[in-house]
This record gives sequence, C-alpha cells and structure tokens, in this order.
Amino acid sequence: MATVVIPALLRKFTDGKDRISASGRNVGQLIDDLERQYPGLREYIIDDGEVKPSVAISIDGEMGTGGVLEPVRESSEVFILPAIGGG
Amino acid sequence: MAAPTTNGHDYKVIGTRPIRHDGFDKVTGRAKYGADYSFPGMLFGKVLRSPHAHAVIKSIKCDKALAMPGVKAVVTAADLPELPDKMESAGEAAINLAHLSATILARGKVLYDGHAVAAVAATSPHIAEEALRLIEVEYEALPPVMSVEDAMKPGATVLLPTLRNKEDGADKETNVAAHMQFKRGDIAEGFKHADFVVERKFKTAMVHQGYIEPHNAVGIYSADGHATIYCSTQGTFAVRSMCSALLGIPEGKIKVVPAEIGGGFGGKLTVYLEPLSVLLSKITGHPVKLVMTRSEVLRASGPTSGSTIRCKMGATKDGKLVAAECWLAYEAGAFPGSPVGAGAMTIIAPYNIPNILIDAYDVVVNRPKTVAYRAPGATNAAMASETVIDELAEKCSIDPLDFRLMNASQEGTPQTVGPPFKRIGFVETLEAIKNSAHYKSKLTGPNRGRGVASGFWFNVGLQSSATVNIHTDGTVSVVTGSVDIGGTRAAQAMIAAEVLGADINDVRPIVADTDSIGHTDVTGGSRTAFATGWAVYDAANDALRQLKERVAKTWEKKPEEVAFANGRFSPVSGNGVKPMTLKELAPRLARTGGPIIGRATVNARGVGPAFATTLVDVEVDPDTGKVKILRATVAQDAGKAIHPSYVEGQMQGGTAQGIGWALNEEYVYDEKGILRNTGLLDYRMPTCLDLPEIETIIVEVPTPGHPLGIRGVGEVPIVPPPAAVANAIYRATGVRMLELPMSPPRLMKAMLKKRAAGDSQAAAAD
Repeated sequence: MATVVIPALLRKFTDGKDRISASGRNVGQLIDDLERQYPGLREYIIDDGEVKPSVAISIDGEMGTGGVLEPVRESSEVFILPAIGGG
Repeated sequence: MAAPTTNGHDYKVIGTRPIRHDGFDKVTGRAKYGADYSFPGMLFGKVLRSPHAHAVIKSIKCDKALAMPGVKAVVTAADLPELPDKMESAGEAAINLAHLSATILARGKVLYDGHAVAAVAATSPHIAEEALRLIEVEYEALPPVMSVEDAMKPGATVLLPTLRNKEDGADKETNVAAHMQFKRGDIAEGFKHADFVVERKFKTAMVHQGYIEPHNAVGIYSADGHATIYCSTQGTFAVRSMCSALLGIPEGKIKVVPAEIGGGFGGKLTVYLEPLSVLLSKITGHPVKLVMTRSEVLRASGPTSGSTIRCKMGATKDGKLVAAECWLAYEAGAFPGSPVGAGAMTIIAPYNIPNILIDAYDVVVNRPKTVAYRAPGATNAAMASETVIDELAEKCSIDPLDFRLMNASQEGTPQTVGPPFKRIGFVETLEAIKNSAHYKSKLTGPNRGRGVASGFWFNVGLQSSATVNIHTDGTVSVVTGSVDIGGTRAAQAMIAAEVLGADINDVRPIVADTDSIGHTDVTGGSRTAFATGWAVYDAANDALRQLKERVAKTWEKKPEEVAFANGRFSPVSGNGVKPMTLKELAPRLARTGGPIIGRATVNARGVGPAFATTLVDVEVDPDTGKVKILRATVAQDAGKAIHPSYVEGQMQGGTAQGIGWALNEEYVYDEKGILRNTGLLDYRMPTCLDLPEIETIIVEVPTPGHPLGIRGVGEVPIVPPPAAVANAIYRATGVRMLELPMSPPRLMKAMLKKRAAGDSQAAAAD
C-alpha cells in the first residue's frame, strides 16, 4: 500500500496520524480509500471528481500532472500540498 | 518528452551570447506594445474608480454620461454575468471567478481605493474621461481595514460576508480566508536542545511590481460572435480562459494576440481591462482600447502582500539549527489569495531543520487584490528567516556564510512540505559567494557594513507547445506561445539552433496568438526556459528525425544509417556519399516528401528548484539614515544558462527589485485608506543612480531529468536582497532592522533609539 502524508490541519480527521497507508492505482482511488478509512478528508482534496485547483499532489518527490488519474505505486510516498504558482 | 541526454555536451550555441532577435525592433521603437495598436473606428475606454477604501454601492446612475455626445456605452457589474463563488483552474493558479469578476467591476461593494466601478467607451479618451464625471454613484462609506493585525482582531469590520471561519467547529464571519500549517518533528523538544534562541517580529510593506508599461487592451468583438484581444500579458491562454468565464463567451471564440510586454513580474498574470474592452466592443460594435494611467496601475492593479511575520529559531552553540517556529500573516487585498502559503513553504527551505512548526494566514484587507510578484511570498519570508539566521550565526560566533553552509539543504533534505530535495545547488551558491572577489575584499571605512542572505524558490513546470518549421532556404522558425519578457525568445531560438546545427541568425523565434499554437501556460513561475525550452528541444528533435529520414531517402539508406553532427548529415559508415548540411537539404524537401514541421508539447515534470545567495555592502549616512549600496554580488544556480546574458539580466533585475523592497518601496495609505503615493515620484523604485553594477555568478547544477539541465532563473534573485541589506545595515550601525522598507526616516529613528539607549542590540521596529 502507498503511504499518504496527511497535512497538519487535516490530521484531525486521522486521529492525529501524519502517515496513513492507503491502496489504489491512482490518486483518485487512493483518496477514495482514505475517505473510507477517515471520512471527511476527501472534500478538502477533491471537487467535482478532480483534484482541487488549490491542491497539489506529490508522488515520490514528483509533482503530479495527471490529477486523479496520476498513477501511484504500492511503495509510493504521497504528499498533499497547497498548489504553488509563481510570478 | 525526449529521453534525457547527458549534460556534458559540447554545446555550440547554448552558453553563447547572441543578440536577441527582438532587439533591433525594441531599440528602434518599431516593436509594437499594447497601447500602440489602433484600428479603424476604434473607441477609447476609461474606468471610473472608487474614491473610498470600503463602501456599499447604494446606486449607480449612468443616464447623464450616456447622454453626453461621443459616449457610446457605459457598463457596470450589472452587465457582467454573476459567477459562482468557487475556485477554478485558470492558467497556473486557482482563481475564484466571482472575486475576479468583482475586481473587474465592483459588485455591491467597493473594497479599496481605486476599485473599478464603471467603464465608458467614447470617441476620444478625453470624452470618456469627462463622461466618468457624469456617472452618479451613491456610496455608504464603511470603516476601512488596512492591516492584517486589525483585520484579525475579534470584532473587526468584515469585508466579505461569504468568508467563514469553521476551524474550531464554529461558523462565523472572518477576514481570515485561509489558515495553513506545516509541522515536522517536535517543536518544543527541538527548542530544548537549543543553546541560543532568537525570536523576532517583522513587518514588510505592500509593494508593486513596478513594470514600466501600464496595463492595456484592445478588444474587437465581431458580428460573428468572435472576439480578438490585443494586450500586454504574461499569458495569452490565461487571458482567453478568464475572459471566457467572465463574459460567457466560449474559449474557442476568443483569440488573444500578445503584444510586446514592458515587464510583468507576476503582475500581468491576471486580467483587468481585457474583459472590459470586449464587453464595450460588443455593445458598441467598435474596437475599444483601454490603457491605465500610472496612478491606476498603482491604485488598482495587483501589488504584492505586505506581511507580519514572527520567526523564532534555535541553534546549538556549535551552529546546528534545531528548531524553527514561524507565524505568517499576509495581506491578500480585497479578495483571498495572498502568497502566504508559498511564504510558509519557503521560509526555512534553504535549511535542514529537524523540528518545525509554521502557521500561515491569508487575510483580506481594504487594499487592491494582490497578485503574484517574482517568487511570490518568499521575499517577505526570507526577510524574517535570513535576519534571524544572521543573528544566530553571530551568537554562535560563526561566519554567517559558514553557518549557512553547516545547515544547508542538500539532495535528500526534506522540504518544508515533506518530499526530499533532488539535486540542488544551494551549497554551490554559498561557496561561489565565499570564493568571490567581493567576499574576499576588505570593506573599510566608517558606517559601512556587509551582509549576506540566501533565498529559495520552487519554480514550476506546466504546459507548453512548440513547432519548429524548416523553410526551403534552410532557415528555421520556432513558434511558441510563451510571451517573451526576459529574452526567452532568444533562448528558444538557441535551443533549436543547437539541435539542428543551425546558425542562430538563421533561426527566427515567434510568439504566436492563441489560435496559432497549442496550449501554453503563462510566462511566470520561472518556467519558460525550462518548460517551453523543453518543448522546443523536443520539437527540434522531431524536425531532425524527419530530416534524417529525407537524407536517408536521398541516399537510399535507412534513417538509422544517417548520422548528424556539427550541422552535417553524413552516413554512419562511409560509402562515398557527400555529407549534407541543413541548407543543402532544405531545397530538396519538396521532392522528398514535402514540408517539415517538428512539433512537441510538454506537461513538464521534474522541476528544479532555485537558490540564490546575495552579498551586499552598504554605507549608512549617520545623519539622515540614507543607505547607499556600495557593492552587490548574487550567485544563483541556473542549472544550465542557455543565454548567460539574459540569466544575468534576471539576476540583476531581481536584485534591483529586492533592493527596492529593502530601502524605499511601500504603499502609503492615509487614515481613510486612500493611497497617497500614486506616481513613481512618490512610489520610489530604485533607478540606475541608486545602484552599483550588480555582479553575478552563475552556478550550474543541472536539473536532473531535463534534457538540457535548465532551472528557472527569473524569480529567486529577488528573495535574498532585503535580508542581505538588513544584515549589512546591522553591521554598519548595530541596529537590527525588522521592518521594510528600511527608509531613511525609519532607519534614522532606529539609530536615534539605539544612541539614546546605548544598546548595541537595539531593535528598530516598534
């Protein structure tokens, strides 16, 4: 199972745990599994079936570009981050 | 994307310094900027702006203005569709369309001095301006909320009733649009291991990007329902998608034509006049041009956030950072969306600190909606952290450069947000400064001091498209959708020339409109050389692959039997055929299969973050508090500098702007929330008379995965200068400055306070 690192302010949904194991072949499935384990998390990450524009997903140190379809491996480490723009 | 190549390549074009292709037109005045466009029957638009910082709009009467001869249309927010209060993707950032629409024309309330209320189109700019005076707006003034401290107080006047605080299970009105937190390790335990702890509170002023060319737009709405917009923007596709959403016109019916751009720095990633030009054109049936005055630019186009930051760090006596606790609150302006998240994620990024706790607050205030400005959020944050780092180094009796080297983030160091850094060049920038002639020189004389600071920026990737066209005479055109702000056109041409073995003067780079190139995200986030350069590299290789096929056809060989090196096609194994250049091959394309176009798109991954370190010498006038910059050197990791002159230009420009933040620039509002410095005489940006030649040292630590190793360079050089100047001022005067700008009155006050107290550690900020 992949490891999802939970942002500090969402740890209220995970009993304070910062790392959760979750299964799924892509980001969408991973978040679905997180929601099954800890209801309430998904609405902070997903909107209308897609990763929110204000959220970025890092998988194994690489910022995902595929939204919910971004592939995830069994050994992946996944971070949920605020999206960053630039000037 | 093509497979990565090695970075040990012996480049022929990359790394040289050819004259930019757009240079001649720019220096001779032929280059066409947005305000230069003119069309038959064109009308002129002007915008009525709020004289209040905060007020309810009770009514707007346009009858008298509409009755004025020469006036063709007057529009208010009632003429724009109401949009959902929801974040949407637009360009590189997420945008709340309801807030964007209410920035274009205020809906129900005005939220800052200069907020657009109505727009007029008339047969001349003078008539349009006169007509503004005939629009009758009834306001009910409300108390302005100008600072994050005031906005966050219990019982503060609320700007936006739709903002709700639900954090503690409550549901109440608030001016705090967002709270973010980043946590690692055990902060309390970390500070227990610290021998020295420094805690300071900093303030930085709201500042403007200061691009020399004001916002402008010409909108042409045709009878067939298509709209064309000529404008000065950092992102034509972003303008297209925003105007589509704001006006309810399908994207496919809007064409955005990029004019030359006189600077953006993040301030031209959004729209102000573009949707108004189309709306007024749609109503009148004429092209409509709008151009902001400098006063309008300062009052009503996005500056970047002022901020309040508390920064506490602890280190062991041998110089190891063990804990950092930071609290950041940034002015978002009238609507949510300050870069405080980026501030939080960059504030301690250059350092490997095991225990961190960072809280960040995005706060609405009665100031213009802030937008991006070169490494948005990071300069404010670095002013705090790099000053505290300097103070800790002093307490540990360690040279500030060595202190940074001892704690520097390297490959594998976890970032604030969690994932570890890949190969980065921070240490190399520190070592470059340490080995510089500047650092090795001795600074002597009274009231002089030397300071150093470092900075980090993420950079972004995003989407780019490119085509490479081979012409029948062997010349090449490179078409991209990336507006050229800092010389990127030349860089794109150089990449194509390198791949194709062409002379740089035979390659013509073109920035296309939205109908003529595939989707390309904004010129921002230091992404253009990285991502569009990658697309050009792939497109040129695609063209090269096709060229090899044509050579193979000519020689009756297989493509893999054709080699290409030093601009010549030759057989892999010699059999008597004569090697051929691109210029010799090009005329034969018609008879070997027809024209050749190389094409590529990227959704770039593997972005390499950027680091810079800046060294500054200052002299402080003890009688006036005026600071003179004696010498400044910046070292920056560029990954691979395609055109070193334009990389150096970015480094110098960012440093100059950072010095402006440091010493002079600030928005000055009166007690009613009215901006008092609405021109460049009073909003004081540094000029060439204020700055020495800024020395540059390009460090090249290639970005892993990028075919050319490029890192974005545009943003990070603005990050270190304010803290570097503050640290230099400290060494010159003994005063730790905690508030930007460190203008003569503010520094004088701090020096007088120190003299009165006789305290060498006196802090400046009250």
